[in-house]
Amino acid sequence: MYKVKVYVTLRESVLDPQGTAVVHSLHSLNYQAVSDVRIGKYMELTVEKSDRDVEEVVKELCEKILANTVIEDYRYEIEECVAQ
Amino acid sequence: MYHAIKDELGEEVEYVWHDATSLEGFDAILLPGGFSYGDYLRTGAIARFSNVMKEVVKAAKAGKPVLGVCNGFQILLEVGLLPGAMRRNESLKFICKPVELRVENNETMYTNAYQHGETIQIPVAHGEGNYYCDDETLNRLKENKQIVFTYTNNPNGSLEDIAGIMNEQGNVLGMMPHPERAVDELLGGADGVKLFQSIVKQWRDSHVVKA
Repeated sequence: MYKVKVYVTLRESVLDPQGTAVVHSLHSLNYQAVSDVRIGKYMELTVEKSDRDVEEVVKELCEKILANTVIEDYRYEIEECVAQ
Repeated sequence: MYHAIKDELGEEVEYVWHDATSLEGFDAILLPGGFSYGDYLRTGAIARFSNVMKEVVKAAKAGKPVLGVCNGFQILLEVGLLPGAMRRNESLKFICKPVELRVENNETMYTNAYQHGETIQIPVAHGEGNYYCDDETLNRLKENKQIVFTYTNNPNGSLEDIAGIMNEQGNVLGMMPHPERAVDELLGGADGVKLFQSIVKQWRDSHVVKA
């Protein structure tokens, strides 16, 4: 089986109100070096082996439901592992 | 929503369960607000895959009126019947208050009882009503007069003050404000009634042959 990590963030072109609020608070704590914060979602999926290519499946479910590609970008990491 | 239609409009209305497999016999579909599936993942993202949505899409393609209010609007965006997406409110706060809307297009089956440019009071109640679409989509919305309602005093940061949009064919309307909560003076205002009356009028004009 596979452990899949999916990261979903708002696209660069889309203003992230949560990220903006956090940047402001970091600045007020004197972390002026931080110029941008993007807040997103992190999801861990356990995927059993099947006839289908795992990457194809992950890509499909990201496009279909995990991310809304109108406003969000996604990326993923797939790691094969042995069931305990 | 149900009571707005039944008690204020005096029309026939029925609830439909989310896994229903048919919408046969209904002349219009109203997707109410709420928090379907707790808005887990994203607003409307899970509800958009519920069984009945296949039928809602079918009804929309057949030209029937499909109105989505609040979470209903978010579901219509997720399912792709309307373009764009919702972000969290700019203030990151849940906003629950009456707001003023301007009727930008009164030549629709939802707004024919309003005047063009008329301002009306309708309550909003949402945490994610900050509408977004890309420039190309925005231009298309403007060209086709698909922007139906705008906020006169933008509460959530939505693009171009957009409060409600319709599809190109004009039979699918999504709006964040709740017209069904403004259908009686007892509720603090009745400016929402005309929206529902418009739908009924449009239907009668196009389906009932005058004797």
